[in-house]
Amino acid sequence: MSYEIIVCVKQVPDTENLTGDAMKEDGTVNRSALPAIVNPEDLNALELAVSVKDAHGGRVTVISMGPPNAAEALRECLYRGADTAVLLTDRRFAASDTLATSYVLSCAVRALGSPDILLCGRQAIDGDTAQIGPQLAEKLGLPQFTYVEQLADIGDGCVTVRRALDDGYEVVRGPLPALLTVTSEANAPRPPSAKRVMRYKKARAACELVNEDETLLGELRQRGLLIEQWGLEEIGAEEAACGGSGSPTRVKKIDSVQLRSEEHKPVEPTTEGLTELVEELIAEHILD
Amino acid sequence: MHDEPTDVCVFAEVHDGKLAEASLELLHKARDLACELEGAVGAFLLGSDVRPLTEQLFAHGCDRVYLADDGALSHYSTLPYAEVLSSMIRQAGPAVVLFGATTLGRDLAPRVASKLQVGLTADCTDLQIGPHTDIIKGKEYPRLLYQIRPAFGGNIIATIVNPRTRPQMATVREGVMKMGTPEPDRGGELVEFNGALDDSLLCVELLEEQRAPRSVNLKKAKVIVAGGAGVGGREGFELIRKLAETLGGQVGASRAAVDAGYIAKAHQVGQTGTTVRPKLYIACGISGAVQHRAGMQEASKIVAINTDPEAPIFQVAHYGIVGDLNEVVPALIDIYKEHAK
Repeated sequence: MSYEIIVCVKQVPDTENLTGDAMKEDGTVNRSALPAIVNPEDLNALELAVSVKDAHGGRVTVISMGPPNAAEALRECLYRGADTAVLLTDRRFAASDTLATSYVLSCAVRALGSPDILLCGRQAIDGDTAQIGPQLAEKLGLPQFTYVEQLADIGDGCVTVRRALDDGYEVVRGPLPALLTVTSEANAPRPPSAKRVMRYKKARAACELVNEDETLLGELRQRGLLIEQWGLEEIGAEEAACGGSGSPTRVKKIDSVQLRSEEHKPVEPTTEGLTELVEELIAEHILD
Repeated sequence: MHDEPTDVCVFAEVHDGKLAEASLELLHKARDLACELEGAVGAFLLGSDVRPLTEQLFAHGCDRVYLADDGALSHYSTLPYAEVLSSMIRQAGPAVVLFGATTLGRDLAPRVASKLQVGLTADCTDLQIGPHTDIIKGKEYPRLLYQIRPAFGGNIIATIVNPRTRPQMATVREGVMKMGTPEPDRGGELVEFNGALDDSLLCVELLEEQRAPRSVNLKKAKVIVAGGAGVGGREGFELIRKLAETLGGQVGASRAAVDAGYIAKAHQVGQTGTTVRPKLYIACGISGAVQHRAGMQEASKIVAINTDPEAPIFQVAHYGIVGDLNEVVPALIDIYKEHAK
């Protein structure tokens, strides 16, 4: 049997590779200095989706909520094997916390028609919350399997996965449709294929076109190169549940990380220098 | 007068019939918060035959234990736990509910928060009570929960509040709250929860479970020898391991070393890994990204070994060795062995 699969992805600043000007003098983050990438574990989710499709047939749709720029992340997913992409962009989605974001995503998933498998990365590297997956599953009334490090089996309307635990793992089986959040242990995401890059580099969302005329949109759609762009109305969301008004949490303040800074004692990398260090640590009962 | 809830509750995580340390740590923090809110401390205890654990919860400062003892809850499964816990929270009506930021806590808490339509903050490293003014609505909140957490890969610290919704929910990093001393004779109130579980919630079946005592316990380590990108590879970590063994310590690593595949994630120190406070931290070939330094700077003594004299790690070090770790580390091993005789 073939599977309808939806993968939720997020475009994130590359916080793992902070460069010199990424942090401003006041300790806040200079987002514009950071390259935007597809959240790494979302690529593991996509890889899992594409490998299921390769083995069993079906269709992989990627969705992303974000600013118009997030279309770039969706193109990246098309290069890596997704069949279609939907960009959820609307000013009224801005400032959403995880509760509001999971609401918007749940509306989009419903609008797409319920999938057999819904996938997310375990967590995004800019927020590290790991909340979207479980909150989305709850809103759609789906069972959830978080921290998936291996898809052991899929068939007969069931999925069997190995989940990472703090001190080991468990293997669990449950019915489809279900939501899985995927860790970096699950697989190695395939690189963009040259053939797909050639094909999809021309894929565009409406917001990326200078002139959104219907003929051009129709042409792109016909050639399978249109990244669908949906706002609040298209997904039938309630405005009050989106964006800031749908978000119970507020960021009260942002501080730079307080780092101690003091003069250190230089130790020469010689036998004498190191002996003195070891003796001092033993004398101060730091070492036994 | 508006009836603002004041109780602070903790989800009591149970593994193999034992309470998780993370939950006990949280109870002591909950006590501090409840004092400021002038409320009581509660715990939600779910499981099968877990009644005997109530005594321990009382001893760790709990005033009231909400108990759901049901055979169907013997092993953690998201759907039944989320259903029962949501009902228990609605019934108890606390101001605050805290979870350990374990894999279990991070699986359960968001599902419950979504069910209750309340705000949730992940992986807090500190919790405080303080005032908040909603500028748009002009509303004053005298005693809100400040949920303090690293964000942006640990490069900044954010303070989050949930002004409108109750309870205010947070998951809290393990090991950041200090464990207090239990009072064995302390008593409390037991509130039993009886609700039938719908069979549809029991659709996920456990086929296999493998748990091993953690081989890496950085939080409890007195000495940590940590390696970074400068270690150069898996073989290089053998040297780090040897020094750690010689000193009776544990092996730590920077994110760069973990990402490069030199060593398992469990060894990662930093805001995005484990926050540590050993007596001695020896950083080998670690440049010292902000998020790493923030996760180890509370060590009593920090020794940094790096070939680059400008590496930021030296800013938090007590002793700085500008040199090649491949020479310095073996020398340290030999010298220590001589002195420890």
